[in-house]
Amino acid sequence: MGRYVARRLLQMIPVFIGSTALIFCAMYALPGDPVRTMMGEKSYDPAQIANIKADLGLDLPLWHQYWNYLTGLFQGDFGTQIASGRPVSEVIADALPVTIQLTLYSFAIIVVVGIALGVLGGLRADTWVDRVLLVFTMLLISIPVFVLGFVLQYFFAFELQWVTPTVQSSDSWGQLTLPAVVLAGLSLAYVVRLTRTSVAENLRSDFVRTAVAKGLPRRRVVGIHLMRNSLIPVVTFLGTELGALLAGAVVTEGIFNVHGIGNVIYQSLMRLEGATVVGVVSLIVILYLATSLIVDLLYAVLDPRIRYA
Amino acid sequence: MPEPALTKERQDAPAAGAASTEAAPKPEKARSLWQDAWRSLRSNPLFMISAVLIVLLLTMVAFPGLFADGSPRDGDQAAHYLTEPNLGHLFANDWLGYDAHGRSVYVRVIYGARNSVLAGLAVTVLVAFFGTLVGMLAGYFGGWLDSLLSRITDIFFGIPFLLGAMVILTAVTERSIWMVITALAVLGWTQVARVARGSVLTVKQSDYVQAAKALGAGTWRILMRHVLPNAIAPVIVVATVALGGYIGAEATLSYLGLGLADPAISWGVDIDTGKDQLRNAPHVLLFPALMVSITVLAFIMLGDAVRSALDPKSR
Repeated sequence: MGRYVARRLLQMIPVFIGSTALIFCAMYALPGDPVRTMMGEKSYDPAQIANIKADLGLDLPLWHQYWNYLTGLFQGDFGTQIASGRPVSEVIADALPVTIQLTLYSFAIIVVVGIALGVLGGLRADTWVDRVLLVFTMLLISIPVFVLGFVLQYFFAFELQWVTPTVQSSDSWGQLTLPAVVLAGLSLAYVVRLTRTSVAENLRSDFVRTAVAKGLPRRRVVGIHLMRNSLIPVVTFLGTELGALLAGAVVTEGIFNVHGIGNVIYQSLMRLEGATVVGVVSLIVILYLATSLIVDLLYAVLDPRIRYA
Repeated sequence: MPEPALTKERQDAPAAGAASTEAAPKPEKARSLWQDAWRSLRSNPLFMISAVLIVLLLTMVAFPGLFADGSPRDGDQAAHYLTEPNLGHLFANDWLGYDAHGRSVYVRVIYGARNSVLAGLAVTVLVAFFGTLVGMLAGYFGGWLDSLLSRITDIFFGIPFLLGAMVILTAVTERSIWMVITALAVLGWTQVARVARGSVLTVKQSDYVQAAKALGAGTWRILMRHVLPNAIAPVIVVATVALGGYIGAEATLSYLGLGLADPAISWGVDIDTGKDQLRNAPHVLLFPALMVSITVLAFIMLGDAVRSALDPKSR
């Protein structure tokens, strides 16, 4: 087990370096110039711009800039936000809690509602309940996140006036509900479908028949025997989805004006600020790699046949 | 739904077997996976609905003039500023109302189909081609090539899809539909590559590939004649399901202001302009949003039908 984790951690290093290098190149090979974007319409002195660039290390060749960035990253230094002069780590630390709150809220909705509906559909496969769920999930998959966001915002905030159209204070769970539901939508639909297929398939399996035959109560058959076996593909999906949720927050936070990581990325992209964008993306990549490792380790918990030597 | 078809075939099978032993009329021809898939597709109502919708969309893409006359770009702002939809006037220019520039929402929705459908199809073709190529090379040759290609796939897979596309698109100054397509394809091929690699790995072990090798067939011939046709089914499934997602992604990028911009006509652009008047003129946003959703739905249904037709487990 320890050796397996160590090997996986070692394999992550090239993937992490590669992913961040790609984003870094895309960001810094830009024809645009963040320093000039910051100056805006003001008249500027070319020497002054050259000075700022030299201070930020933006005049070095690309590989050298990346090397500096990477070595800084390992010392916990994410670089400096050009517009404000604040360290990127501080900007991230300010925005991250809100996004984590929003993402975890969505994740909880996905897990609870998604698995519950999926099990419901799987146990009643090919009944009207199942068909209604299939149509519902198909609609949910078809509606892009931003469309769902605006439609729900229009109905719940403008027509019914149950909630405020944008999030006023991110401390309030109530105000975060609508954005969390919107963010959860797509993944929720996939979880329902995956759980449904998995449960329906396992319901016909030998081990369930045996469990029923030996007279176990239905609660135990479904709750223990069926669920443990059916949840493996769902757990895989949920693990890879956490990173996607963070990325999806860009759209959701924009619609509902949540001041989180998504907003930070969007603003930085508009200002062509490499350091901030690369910093946040690096963070998401790390998170994605970590969750995929945790998912693999969870397999062993769910399925005792899997052993990591 | 695939299930009714499934039970029907099961009932048919013993009957057909009995008939052939008794009277032995014309023996039923062996059907290939593709003929089987086509039969199961034709009896799937989901496929029929999606096919009708997609044919309609493709006609809209090729001949928008058939559906609406009038220009999507010219508007009379003074006369039609945010006019409410007049749902009684079916298919007339004022049917779905006008936007803030006095342009007919209906005409723009029709003309907007072109970019969305083009983006979806082009990204899918690119992703399927390059993904299959990488996956097939990695799976068939194995060894160091496999390790190298798999690590490269991992690197691209680690970058969040939409976020990566956003970063690439900020980097380009001239944003055409082809740039959007390239950005989505650069990040999208990994999923197909992984599926293709797995599929090729199984096919590689099969007897017919070993036989072809023993008979001295060249590598190229083995790959093209034996491996590819037998390994392609899962790739097609993944690609069709992803198509709808790419259309949604194009709309999302245009909405964020990172895809197409105003002189170009796209549902995403219209949703972006409509969001500022969501409160007093929701129709400007809702109708393009409805079109995106219907289009994505059509392709997702197609993907679902293709999946159940090509997946041997579902028969």
